[in-house]
Amino acid sequence: MASIVVNQVSKSFGKKEVLKKISLTVEPGQIYGLIGPSGSGKTTLVKIIVGMDQASEGTVQVLDTTVPNLSLLQNIGYMAQADALYTDLTGKENLAFFASLFKLSKNEQKKRIAYAADLVNLTPDLKKRVEAYSGGMKRRLSLAVALIQDPQVLILDEPTVGIDPELRLSIWQELYRLKDEGKTILVTTHVMDEAEKCDRLAMVRDGVILTSGTPAELKEQFGITSLEEVFLKAGGKMG
Amino acid sequence: MRTLALIKRIFFQMIRDKRALALMMVAPLLILTLLHYLFTGDSANPRIGVVNADSQIVKQLKNKDIIVKQYNEVTNTKKTLKNDDLDGFLEFQDNDIKLTLKNEDPSSTKALQMKIQQSIAAETAKKQVSNLTHFMGNIKSKLPNLPFTMETVNAPKVSTSYIYGSKDTTFFDILGPILVGYFVFFFVFLISGIALLKERTTGTLDRLIATPIQRRSIVFGYLLGYGLFAVIQTVIVVFYAVKILDIMLVGSLWNVIIINLVLALVALSLGILLSAFANSEFQMMQFIPIVIIPQAFFAGILPVDGMAGWLQVIAKCMPMYYGGNALQDIMYKGLGLRDISSDLLILLGFALVFIVLNIFVLKKYRKI
Repeated sequence: MASIVVNQVSKSFGKKEVLKKISLTVEPGQIYGLIGPSGSGKTTLVKIIVGMDQASEGTVQVLDTTVPNLSLLQNIGYMAQADALYTDLTGKENLAFFASLFKLSKNEQKKRIAYAADLVNLTPDLKKRVEAYSGGMKRRLSLAVALIQDPQVLILDEPTVGIDPELRLSIWQELYRLKDEGKTILVTTHVMDEAEKCDRLAMVRDGVILTSGTPAELKEQFGITSLEEVFLKAGGKMG
Repeated sequence: MRTLALIKRIFFQMIRDKRALALMMVAPLLILTLLHYLFTGDSANPRIGVVNADSQIVKQLKNKDIIVKQYNEVTNTKKTLKNDDLDGFLEFQDNDIKLTLKNEDPSSTKALQMKIQQSIAAETAKKQVSNLTHFMGNIKSKLPNLPFTMETVNAPKVSTSYIYGSKDTTFFDILGPILVGYFVFFFVFLISGIALLKERTTGTLDRLIATPIQRRSIVFGYLLGYGLFAVIQTVIVVFYAVKILDIMLVGSLWNVIIINLVLALVALSLGILLSAFANSEFQMMQFIPIVIIPQAFFAGILPVDGMAGWLQVIAKCMPMYYGGNALQDIMYKGLGLRDISSDLLILLGFALVFIVLNIFVLKKYRKI
């Protein structure tokens, strides 16, 4: 029973076709990476999976529920590419606001806020207003918001942009721990060394999945040792 | 409960934005105060110059609060008018009277013209009467045997009473109630529209929509969150206008607050709705000349009854037309809640339509 099933999804904005018959399946306990250059359609695909946008054709199922579904959102942790935070509120108030949107009890809220803030190393800065945060801190707070309700499925749109290597490592360690709990994680990235850390990869360009498989499979398939080259080769084939 | 979370968040955001808060609470008071003094101040007495005037006419003119300056001879009327800062000039030549008016401001010129004409007419009538009496006396003395009496006609005394207001009613008494409602409308529209716009442009609305909150909860959260501040603003503005500026209030203060609260609700839902069609604060500002300013024309400051048919149709599409009407009914005419109930119902109808449209417009962000 797969956690995320994307079946023949196409999306057009007016005449421009952004996604062309995309299909992919993510199993529980898997970290699935979508890699591709900016403008390739990753964010559109992610939004369709969350239910914030509607596919022109095809269907999406998350946890055996057809998207869009309101109560399904309780089980999806979403982190947008752009930090969507209330800058005039403190970090803690941001977390508390989202926690109450997920209807967490007072007690749970406290625990989850402490947990999420600790995970992204923001505990000492929780009382500061977000407008005083650096770019990396905002990114971390966005991730903490995505984790606040302890969701089954995590959909993270470029989660580690602007985060320093040390923290990036600790975030990936946490993603592995969540994966071991059986959570499903879908990550978009354009950083190749992060792609290496995923269980499965799909390479997206111009709204099409060029190729997919485990990092090892992809490398084998193209007879190369670095994913970067795989990407260039796969892309080149298309051209 | 999600709505409550939204209300709480808006509350915190608002009380931290001191500037927006000040704009909402203090700016209407400032403008009302200015207008109050602008409209209730006494206008300066008109000044006119006269040549060859009968002393009786000068007396008449002076009685009508006109400052009269007498000249023996004037060669250039235009120049004298300008140099001596006069509003008009009267020249008597035998039986002809020549009146020159400066006409800097048409309405005060009309009033001055009327006063001068009245004075001259009164004086002429007096002369007629004395001539006639003299003439009768002559006839009588020549024909002593004739039973001849003359009835003198007393000028009828006109006693004036007013249904609304009094002889001291100023333009501001009529303008005041409309202004109170208009400013509540304007500032609530602006603050709520820009606040939701900010939420759209910073992507937090997108983020909000990725949580299991219902679209209508978002709309209600916004209405109630900003509504809270709109209530405070309304109460401050109404109390200030009535208690401190002493704007005429014949009806009940509570009715005034009710009307303004309903107006604020309309402005709130309209502001939130229109923010969906703006991509920046500046585009939100562009709605002001289209949506807000025309409301002032149809709020009752200019009489709608006398407008062309198609203008009256437009007037009936403007929330402020009903708001202004209801406020005048209560504050100036002293009518009761029952007399304004249809205005209130129509305003509530506007709000309902805008709220439903808001819930639909959010579909742009999430289909369910």
